[in-house]
Amino acid sequence: MSTKVVKSIREAIALTGLRDGMTVSFHHHLRNGDYVLNMVMEQIADLGIRDLTVNASSLFDAHQPLADHIRNHVVTGVLTDYMAAGLGREISRGLLERPVEFRTHGGRPSDIASGRTPVDVAFIAAPSADPMGNCSGKYGKSACGSLGYAAADAMYAKKVVVITDGLVPYPLLDWSIPEIYVDYVVEVEAIGNPAGIVSGTTRITRDPVGLVMASYAARVIEHSGLLEDGFSFQTGAGGASLAAASFLKDIMLSKGVKGSFGLGGITGYMVDMLRAGCFQSLLDVQCFDLQAVESLRTDPRHQEISALHYASPTMRSAVVDSLDVVILGATEIDTDFNVNVHTDSNGYIMGGSGGHSDTAAGAKLAMIIAPMFRARLPIVTDRVTCVSTPGRDIDVLVTQGGIAVNPKNGVLAQRLKDAGLPVLDIHELKAKAEAITGAPKALPKGDRVVAEVISRDGETLDRIYAVPEL
Amino acid sequence: MRRSMLFLPGNTPNMLVNGPYLGADALILDLEDAVAPSEKDAARLLVRSAIRDMDFRGCEIIVRINSIDTSFWQADIDAILPQRPDLILLPKSGSAQDILTADEYITRTEERLGMAPNTVRLMPLIETALGVENAFAIASASPRVAALFLGAEDLTADLRCQRTKEGREIEYARTRLVTAARAAGVDVYDTPFTDVNDDAGIRTDAACAKALGFTGKASISPRHVEVINQVFSPTMKEIDYAYEVMDAIRLAKEQGRGAIALRGKMIDAPIVNRAQQTIAAARELGLGREDAQ
Amino acid sequence: MAEIVRLASAGTLESSDVYVEIEPWDEGIELQLESVVKGQFGGAIESAVRATLAECGVERARLTVSDRGALECVIRARVETAVLRGRGES
Repeated sequence: MSTKVVKSIREAIALTGLRDGMTVSFHHHLRNGDYVLNMVMEQIADLGIRDLTVNASSLFDAHQPLADHIRNHVVTGVLTDYMAAGLGREISRGLLERPVEFRTHGGRPSDIASGRTPVDVAFIAAPSADPMGNCSGKYGKSACGSLGYAAADAMYAKKVVVITDGLVPYPLLDWSIPEIYVDYVVEVEAIGNPAGIVSGTTRITRDPVGLVMASYAARVIEHSGLLEDGFSFQTGAGGASLAAASFLKDIMLSKGVKGSFGLGGITGYMVDMLRAGCFQSLLDVQCFDLQAVESLRTDPRHQEISALHYASPTMRSAVVDSLDVVILGATEIDTDFNVNVHTDSNGYIMGGSGGHSDTAAGAKLAMIIAPMFRARLPIVTDRVTCVSTPGRDIDVLVTQGGIAVNPKNGVLAQRLKDAGLPVLDIHELKAKAEAITGAPKALPKGDRVVAEVISRDGETLDRIYAVPEL
Repeated sequence: MRRSMLFLPGNTPNMLVNGPYLGADALILDLEDAVAPSEKDAARLLVRSAIRDMDFRGCEIIVRINSIDTSFWQADIDAILPQRPDLILLPKSGSAQDILTADEYITRTEERLGMAPNTVRLMPLIETALGVENAFAIASASPRVAALFLGAEDLTADLRCQRTKEGREIEYARTRLVTAARAAGVDVYDTPFTDVNDDAGIRTDAACAKALGFTGKASISPRHVEVINQVFSPTMKEIDYAYEVMDAIRLAKEQGRGAIALRGKMIDAPIVNRAQQTIAAARELGLGREDAQ
Repeated sequence: MAEIVRLASAGTLESSDVYVEIEPWDEGIELQLESVVKGQFGGAIESAVRATLAECGVERARLTVSDRGALECVIRARVETAVLRGRGES
């Protein structure tokens, strides 16, 4: 029987012909439990290959060893959609000479497909795979559910290596990625730590302010004019967003609204909504908890989609184009409704767009949920530290102290006012928060660019600067 | 209108700062059970500063001081009274004498500060068997008393019975307190429902309290506030009826009639009184006739 | 005015709170400030601390202030508590 199995990651790297200056790619379905990126980079470093560009759909704190590879010039370029605070802090201190390129979850696969950011070798962590490379995230001890972010890498990389800790006999059915794209398969002891891959259960917040915001958010949707049969919805995995979904479910059930689809990173709460009849289907690019993985595996109404299908701006269409409502977060939002999800208020990188600007651009109603202030920092500023999603794509900001509607959406403002919701001008909201916290002093901007934020249309949306020492 | 009262621990800045956004009509800033003995001094100053400097967005401010059998309560009053909270919640109120003791100290403090008498009202917290039996005497001990408040957790310990969700064990205390408070002409508030995750339970419990005649209900969880507000708000049916009552009275007056009947029922003073209260509450909620567009 | 006679502290390191340590000092006010919002509010925090000390009549003390984004009213309360504790008054 033929096989693509080779005996080690090192051997696979050698066989791909990886050389100095090339680009390697990784997906982030194993989230903070991922071992694969570190295992591969360690072998690459050990082989003496240098000057590589890493294109990862997201980077988590588990990927901290990447900092050392950057210091040693094994890695000299980083492209990603999201970077957690640990690595983010080092980048913000000027670790990497070439600015990091941040894309969106739709922009990244689009640029890989178009050849704008070609991938030489894609390393695909797969919870289950067969010897010819058919692979899936739904089965195995490291099951993560969807492998949506890896699809474009598999399709367009010059060489593709599947790394699995769940090798099964040929053929693996119900694959996410078929063998036609795969060059080599490597079996390893473990591709990740299950505790970090998916949460056991995702819980809604118990934070009282989060619940107040969630309740407002659900009522905004209720009165948006969009909550009718055929309704489609995406929400994040943050506490307040999940609570909003849970309140929305109650509203949909009491009103008998039969929605069309739930989209996105999928949690048990969305699965509950599917089972309760709020949606006819779930379209899933990423599973956040075990309940979502289980549902994706067993429920035919729960469909895996690729990142291209989810959010690409250059395909003939993507699911985000059909989305009604998305609930999103923010570290800052300015009076023009520009949103920052890349940096904290001190300018340190601690996130990224992910699907933020893709869904905001596509959805009929893009809602930001955020507290009026975090500790002492007001959420509304004159100008965000970094524009992650342009204000033209944001419709409404929901805080515990009131709801600000983008003036471009006057109809929505009137609907919410008529429903008795506390609608106010975003400048008013800013003033209210500052009356409580005091007005924060603007921070000096560093002069060195450490990252570039590239919009889903491929243009430079903003630049992130090194944070000067205080 | 005071439907919901939310307890906030007095030494936790994060809770105090966010308190005004949680939807409660009144906030109870707690210096007693929520604060360790070693932090009483810190909580007292924190609550004082919060009342002085924060905008509570129209929420009524109630401070639960320590009981008069502790060494803390006078210092609590010294620190808090200058900030003019709406009410002082006095725990473990067992007798009229307890009220007089606190009242006397508050009166002297008000005089010393040049405040008008009874600026700060008193809400005795009835949470002992003795307090329940003395409820009317407590409610009528001083004009400073504005309302009674039932605390079922300590009470059931004192009664040596289990506190249950169904609340059979506090039925007597509830009806006794409502009767005593109404007899004394003051408001009366029901004990918190303590299961934070039982959304159906809080609704049943609040509805029970409303049916017994309570003015409102306290809560230890922000999650309960909205339900309490709903249960203790007048319904549209009640509001419509209240306006009908007032219309009937106006009509009778114009026609010079004495006795007034509505839907075959005589309208007497208590009904009129009730109708006026309902309309006042409706106006506060923006449900009054002149508010409706 | 009563002097700071002993090492004392007040507050916590929880979000929206501030932890203040005060101790006897020979001359003037020595203030060490660490804050998650130092860039935005460092000056405001220091003014609030110094104003509170002045109101309490403290002229000699060494303070270490670790701020977790506390509002000004919280800072004032915590400093005052630390002062009273440092004087042995509470």
